[in-house]
Amino acid sequence: MSSTFSDETRARLEVDAKEIIARYPRERSALLPLLHLVQAEEGFVSSAGIEFCAEQLGLTAAEVTAVATFYTMYKRRPAGEYHVGVCTNTLCAVMGGDEIFASLKEHLGIGNDETTEDGKVSLEHVECNAACDFAPVVMVNWEFFDNQTPDSAKKLVDDLRLGKDVVPTRGPDRLCTWKEASRVLAGFSDGRGAEGTQAGEPSLTGLRLARERGWTAPDPDRLPAAPAETDEEGGA
Amino acid sequence: MSTSTTLTPVLSANWDRPDSFTLESYRSTGGYEALRKALQMEPDALVDLVKNSGLRGRGGAGFPTGMKWSFLPKDNPNPRYLVVNADESEPGTCKDIPLMMANPHVLVEGVAIASYAIKSSHAFIYVRGEVLHVIRRLKHAVAEAYEAGLLGTNILGTGFDLDVVVHAGAGAYICGEETALLDSLEGYRGQPRLKPPFPAVAGLYASPTVVNNVESIASVPSIVANGIEWFTAMGTEKSAGFGFFSLSGHVTRPGQYEAPLGITLRELLDMAGGIRAGHELKFWTPGGSSTPIFTDEHLDTPLDFESVGAAGSMLGTRALQIFDETTCVVRAVGRWIAFYAHESCGKCTPCREGNYWMVQVLDRLENGEGTEADLDKLLDICDNLLGRSFCALGDGATSPVMSSIKYFRQEYIDHLEQGGCPFDHAKSTVWGGDR
Ligand SMILES: Cc1cc2nc3c(=O)[nH]c(=O)nc-3n(C[C@H](O)[C@H](O)[C@H](O)COP(=O)(O)O)c2cc1C
Ligand code: SF4
Ligand code: FES
Repeated sequence: MSSTFSDETRARLEVDAKEIIARYPRERSALLPLLHLVQAEEGFVSSAGIEFCAEQLGLTAAEVTAVATFYTMYKRRPAGEYHVGVCTNTLCAVMGGDEIFASLKEHLGIGNDETTEDGKVSLEHVECNAACDFAPVVMVNWEFFDNQTPDSAKKLVDDLRLGKDVVPTRGPDRLCTWKEASRVLAGFSDGRGAEGTQAGEPSLTGLRLARERGWTAPDPDRLPAAPAETDEEGGA
Repeated sequence: MSTSTTLTPVLSANWDRPDSFTLESYRSTGGYEALRKALQMEPDALVDLVKNSGLRGRGGAGFPTGMKWSFLPKDNPNPRYLVVNADESEPGTCKDIPLMMANPHVLVEGVAIASYAIKSSHAFIYVRGEVLHVIRRLKHAVAEAYEAGLLGTNILGTGFDLDVVVHAGAGAYICGEETALLDSLEGYRGQPRLKPPFPAVAGLYASPTVVNNVESIASVPSIVANGIEWFTAMGTEKSAGFGFFSLSGHVTRPGQYEAPLGITLRELLDMAGGIRAGHELKFWTPGGSSTPIFTDEHLDTPLDFESVGAAGSMLGTRALQIFDETTCVVRAVGRWIAFYAHESCGKCTPCREGNYWMVQVLDRLENGEGTEADLDKLLDICDNLLGRSFCALGDGATSPVMSSIKYFRQEYIDHLEQGGCPFDHAKSTVWGGDR
């Protein structure tokens, strides 16, 4: 049956679900992480996944569906092992995101929200991913691939399909799969939080300039006299 | 204008240490000393301190942070909650994400101080889901803090207890709106609630709740450590302190510039090496796509809440998206409106329908298929949106449309006269600038 999980799967996921639910003062707050959890199991949110979430929280399948369909990160069809998101919000689009998206569609022979036949790569255009100073930005399984070009993006998806090692610009030492990523979103650590760089170059530009020029925030022990203190003089 | 404004790295001061995100590194630069100090103060004294510092919300609206904390009703017996808004999705805004990636502990320390000040023992950090490594970093920092007795029970032996939960969203810009965020955190569709009641009175689980932006909360430890005079030595009288100015787009060195409020774009561009070589400034957003665009007329407008407002826009999130003369303003606006149409939660008609229609009209105009009457139609739709939509998402959508027609009406008309876009989009790309 496709509309429910097997007993084995359910038993395993119930343990995780209990842990998720225990994090919150009220059960229902666990719904978003539970949806990430079932997506981690199947690569998308299936009717079996919806049913499972509903059971855990004492909700109807309709109530869970209403929530699942509201959020763009929950997929209704299986995503690829590597889900590629190209930012085409204004800033990235102008800086080249549109060209990148067009060339990936052509290169992979798929459209928006579609998956390659080998199931390796799915493609989607995404909204601003809070990395505009690294434009144009591409996300793979929600890891940052900064400062992309059409060529670098094509090489990226080729490498993904060939199973080569691919390392995000700002992320862990190795890219995890879509399902593994969903499990992190459900709140289960994969132990990789300390991997990778602390900051990309644009994040450091201001700081580097400040260091070069000797600029700092005021020294709290040597503050300039506050204007209020000179009031008396000014009035005299 | 004097060009004496300099950068003032505070939250970013340790970012060039490769291990900046670890507890050990953070502590070696004085981290968690502010928490120690705060826990020796009365909670109300902390609220007063933050109030008197003049810190205003860094999430866009600029509401005084200490005042927000003081609104929690004293007589409500329900538990109180602190919710950190880490949804950062306003187009152009890109400060909280690098902050949490490089320095998650300054946020965790801020959460601990703020929770103690408002007498909360349960805090949530609601992070947008599309930033996996930032979520890992935050969870790593929270785990380190628990381990070190900086979170959990009996923090630093003071009897103060605090649990912190990192919660991942699932892709929806509207969940950055504070009441939609609360609905989402309660496990519902993220749709805004009617205000009042404000979250301070009936927030998470209908309990008294403070919702603050990441940068607001992360600024608190430095204020506690260094004092009010230190904080107000930066910024202007009504816009005190420092903040991130995020430069993106056609600038030589895009990135994060932490500076006193009131710095100008001219000064920032100077620091960023100017507009990319061979090009000139055309238009920019002072604080994300929801703030009316500016042009080169506004290079000397002090970037503080009052001055930007007086010049017809909003300081917003200090997301300076910068576009040079190769950029088609009609295309830029059309893309932003497509975003608002996509992200409209559908709860109210003006926003749901208005954005849908604006997309149709802007598409026509961009392809040179519209008429001049379409410009009036756009302004008409904006009229029906502005002040009439249920939340600020709808209001925000009118900003790019109205301001672009104000400054670049002729460019819309050029599209009509030429029967299409007069720009070569390839020239505005990173690799096409020299063509
Ligand atoms: C559509 C919309 C999106 C928003 N997105 C964010 C966001 O991502 N982060 C944020 O801090 N505030 C966002 N806000 C503002 C919040 O509603 C709220 O004012 C803010 O979190 C309060 O924090 P502050 O006082 O510390 O700035 C958004 C508002 C709207 C209307
Ligand atoms: S203005 Fe838009 S986003 Fe806000 S409630 Fe109305 S439909 Fe939803
Ligand atoms: S517009 Fe692409 S990351 Fe902001």
